[in-house]
Amino acid sequence: MDTLTLILLDGIAFASWLFLVSAGLTFAYGVLRILNIAHGSLYAIGAYTGATLAGLVLHSGANPFLAYPVLVGAALLVGLALGPLLERGFLRRVYDQEEVITLLLTFAIFLILEDGMKLVWGVSPIIVAEPYALLGQLPLAGVTYPVYSFLLTGVAIVAGLALWVVIDRTRFGKLITSVIHDREISAALGVNVPRICTVAFTGAAMLAALGGAFTAPMVSVTPGISADVIVLAFAVTVIGGLGNISGGAIGALLVGLLRATAIQFFPALDLFVVYALMAVILLVRPEGLFGGVEVRRI
Amino acid sequence: MRARSLSRWLVQGAVLLAIIASPPGRAAAAPAGAPPQVTIGIVTFLSGAASGPFGLPAKTAAEFWIEKLNREGGIGGVKIVPVVVDEAGPTDQVVTNYRRLVTDQKVDLVIGYISSANCTAVPPVAEELKALTILFDCGTNRVFENAQYKYVFRTAAHTGIDGIGAARYVLSVKPGVKTIAGLNPDYAWGHDSWDIFEKAIRKLKPDVTVVDTLWPKLMQGQFASEISKLQADKPDVIFTSVWGGDFVSFIEQAKPRGLFAQSLVVINNDGANVEELGHDTADGIALGFRGPHWISIPNPARNPLQQQFIDGYRARYKKYPMPHGSYHVVQALQGVKAAYEKAIKAGGRWPGVDDVIKALEYSEFDTPSGRIRLAIGHGHQAVEEAVYGTTRFDPQLGFAGLGGIKVFPVKCVNPPDGVKVVDWIEQGFPGAECP
Amino acid sequence: MRGAQVSRTLAGAAPWLAVLLALAILPRLLPDWLGFLLTVAFAKALVVLGVAVLLRSNLVSFGHGLYFAAGAYTVGFAAKWLHLREAVLLIFGAVVVSGALAALLGLFLARYRGIFFGMLTLAFSMILYSLLLRLYWLTGGTDGMVTAPPTILGVVPGAAAGRAHYYLTLVCLALALALTRRWLGSPLGYLASAIRDNEIRVEYMGASVRQGIYRTYLLSGVLGGLGGCLVAFSVGHIAPEFSYWTQSGDFVFVTVLGGYASVFAPVMGSVVFELVRNYAYALSPYTWQMSLGAILLLIVLFLPRGLWSLLAPRAPVSSPWTSSSRR
Repeated sequence: MDTLTLILLDGIAFASWLFLVSAGLTFAYGVLRILNIAHGSLYAIGAYTGATLAGLVLHSGANPFLAYPVLVGAALLVGLALGPLLERGFLRRVYDQEEVITLLLTFAIFLILEDGMKLVWGVSPIIVAEPYALLGQLPLAGVTYPVYSFLLTGVAIVAGLALWVVIDRTRFGKLITSVIHDREISAALGVNVPRICTVAFTGAAMLAALGGAFTAPMVSVTPGISADVIVLAFAVTVIGGLGNISGGAIGALLVGLLRATAIQFFPALDLFVVYALMAVILLVRPEGLFGGVEVRRI
Repeated sequence: MRARSLSRWLVQGAVLLAIIASPPGRAAAAPAGAPPQVTIGIVTFLSGAASGPFGLPAKTAAEFWIEKLNREGGIGGVKIVPVVVDEAGPTDQVVTNYRRLVTDQKVDLVIGYISSANCTAVPPVAEELKALTILFDCGTNRVFENAQYKYVFRTAAHTGIDGIGAARYVLSVKPGVKTIAGLNPDYAWGHDSWDIFEKAIRKLKPDVTVVDTLWPKLMQGQFASEISKLQADKPDVIFTSVWGGDFVSFIEQAKPRGLFAQSLVVINNDGANVEELGHDTADGIALGFRGPHWISIPNPARNPLQQQFIDGYRARYKKYPMPHGSYHVVQALQGVKAAYEKAIKAGGRWPGVDDVIKALEYSEFDTPSGRIRLAIGHGHQAVEEAVYGTTRFDPQLGFAGLGGIKVFPVKCVNPPDGVKVVDWIEQGFPGAECP
Repeated sequence: MRGAQVSRTLAGAAPWLAVLLALAILPRLLPDWLGFLLTVAFAKALVVLGVAVLLRSNLVSFGHGLYFAAGAYTVGFAAKWLHLREAVLLIFGAVVVSGALAALLGLFLARYRGIFFGMLTLAFSMILYSLLLRLYWLTGGTDGMVTAPPTILGVVPGAAAGRAHYYLTLVCLALALALTRRWLGSPLGYLASAIRDNEIRVEYMGASVRQGIYRTYLLSGVLGGLGGCLVAFSVGHIAPEFSYWTQSGDFVFVTVLGGYASVFAPVMGSVVFELVRNYAYALSPYTWQMSLGAILLLIVLFLPRGLWSLLAPRAPVSSPWTSSSRR
């Protein structure tokens, strides 16, 4: 029984993180049809900025609880600074090109940002552990749980709900949906498509940075964290259905639980299960668990 | 305009003159046949996960130490010029870089390689190109156990000392240990580390049982599920070879959950980020770092080289040289210098590569890590002492210091020449001399 | 009549023979590392060629590292278990293994298009990656395996191994290019680009899209395996990273860098890529990724048809790879 509880708790905690780091990827793909490899870099920049700013707040002797809003602020900052820049400066130029070109463009941006971060933050780890321990622990199922992992789940839920509200309940969301369905017709109807694209990509960048910022207190922010997160985020995105936010949430939950189970019972399999699940899903339901059927080109 | 450029020209000319006129930094006259400089290729991680804890500290330490050596006369009166190359990249790129260093940039020797994979890939190429190559930091015990090389040396001990040292340390501080668990990154070196530790402790205390062997992906950064499993199973001792980013992440996530209070956690490979961790380090971790390379170990007061290393490095980079990349690269430089100078003394002229190799085989030399001996692997593999201690926050340092330090002498943790480390363990450590 | 045909064929082949001859004497003029770099570039060009033939049908394989690794580990395991060291046999083995793998996976993949094809290839290659990593006692894990230089037709190359590998790779590449070129000039080859233009029309004409893609994939997998096997020969060390996504990403990158309007474009792309990467390492050791990324960025933005489009600027995108005189 305890083991089951552990699997649920660990699975949900990991799933929350997975959802946070992959939601932006899913969203960007949904709106812009871009599989953004540089998503991992935005995640890492979010982590670096979050760690740096939170570190400043903590060292200044201010109320340590200020660190949490600062993490959110850091994510918004990164998104606002880099989102429009990348979208207007680069991505916009290749929307009409083949998928492989956009993929490579984001790969190029990834490479540049990778060294760019090194030039700004160096290679020594940036460490801010305080926000992780600050919220205390809960004894559950025979082990102690940091409250922070519940905070992470909270942030993931809020981010997911915010996305849902924006897309399904606002005028802007309707515009996004129309752009998703047909860019040309939307433009003909007077929708400012370029603006929608910029805003959507900025939103995706913010989500990536948010994932990074809230990961920063748990890990050491070092070079190389971007590359590792990308494939994992891809896997989750594919499992849930490319471009489908609620699918992404279920995908994250599935991967999280599967991995937690693997660690409890077959620890040797934990990496393998994620990719195996991805392949199986692609084989059985290529559009993902919740993806729509792709329209074939005639 | 004209005046300014003229004055600049004058200044530049004066500087140039000063350089030419100043006495060359040579303590002794260079021997006959000496080249104008000794070029050393230095291959270390400048990007990727290993750059922070090991790669860049090795680069900065090498640059600092080479400047120091050059001030003191370089190698046999000839100044050293480093050429630094990034070790990151796929294996074919690493090999191409190596070949370019040797055949195009014409380095006299290469000091390099932190990754065990690269230490496996490069030696055959070194033999083909007949280029002296010093592996300075990688851990895998198989380089000289499975093959014999003429041109390849390793001036740091292999990872055998880490696992055996950890087992001996655990038994000395927790003699009643019954259950152990492993949390090791899922790559070759992580498997090697666990294999050696597990075999060693079970040989030394046969009633020990393994309750968990967890294999997180290297640089996974997320250990919540693993920590839950370890908390549920409550092993007496947890052995882990996490390093760099994983080391910090593991401590950050395990400390609030009380894992370090529940079990004795032994980490075999990292002290590199202890200074950055500062207040966030956990107390009570048994820490080893692949040889005698701590602020107080071997002993700066009695080892002037270590004192100079620590003081000079701190003055220049505003931080301590931390184990093990920085210490290991200086070991390599000291070994090369000693071998060249020994060969010069023997031959009376500048030595060829074969002379240097002859001088380096089975040699001993002084380093900031104490006296290093190339005692095994047919005189190509160094042995070092194993050092473990237990972390305790030190307000004077501002980060964790080590208490309860135990130094295991060379013969206690290294197999004799010609014996594979795993065989040595399984035979019950024949010939081991422990205090 | 016959004589005229022969002489025309000869005239057509002459420039290629000249290029081949030039490449044959090249290693005598170049320093060791450049010769080695060319060997690796040629071997990888085979994999890139494999990615390129798929790209002609608008299929992006983001997992060609799978075949690259399969070919390389065939060499590793054949040496370890069968003590096989003969290059010709090893090449044959790598072709058979990667062909069998492609034949199997192709059954699934032939149904997929666009991003799904890419993601499924990625998943397959990552599964192989995690297996190579996990089956540590078999594969040596991340330490990889050292592959001793092979004998070539029974001859031990010894000190001349570098050059021997160069020529071996060159011969394999030339054969593969000739075969691929021929294949693309065949009805099947035309089918591949017809699929890119309009699948439904291809079906209405009575051809099977699925079979067209399946066979293209088979060819592309075999090319990948051959490339991996040759890299194992010359580099002498293989590692699970061969199947990691960044390696596969490099192959796609090089395909776009060279362009895919000609079978020779991948060779050009591969050589240029290796040169650029090496000079980036040598000239900016701390920021080589940034240099590489900047170059890629410029190419994607200003030369999306690849470097080859500089040589043949007016060639339309969907132009056949073969000379127009055929069929």
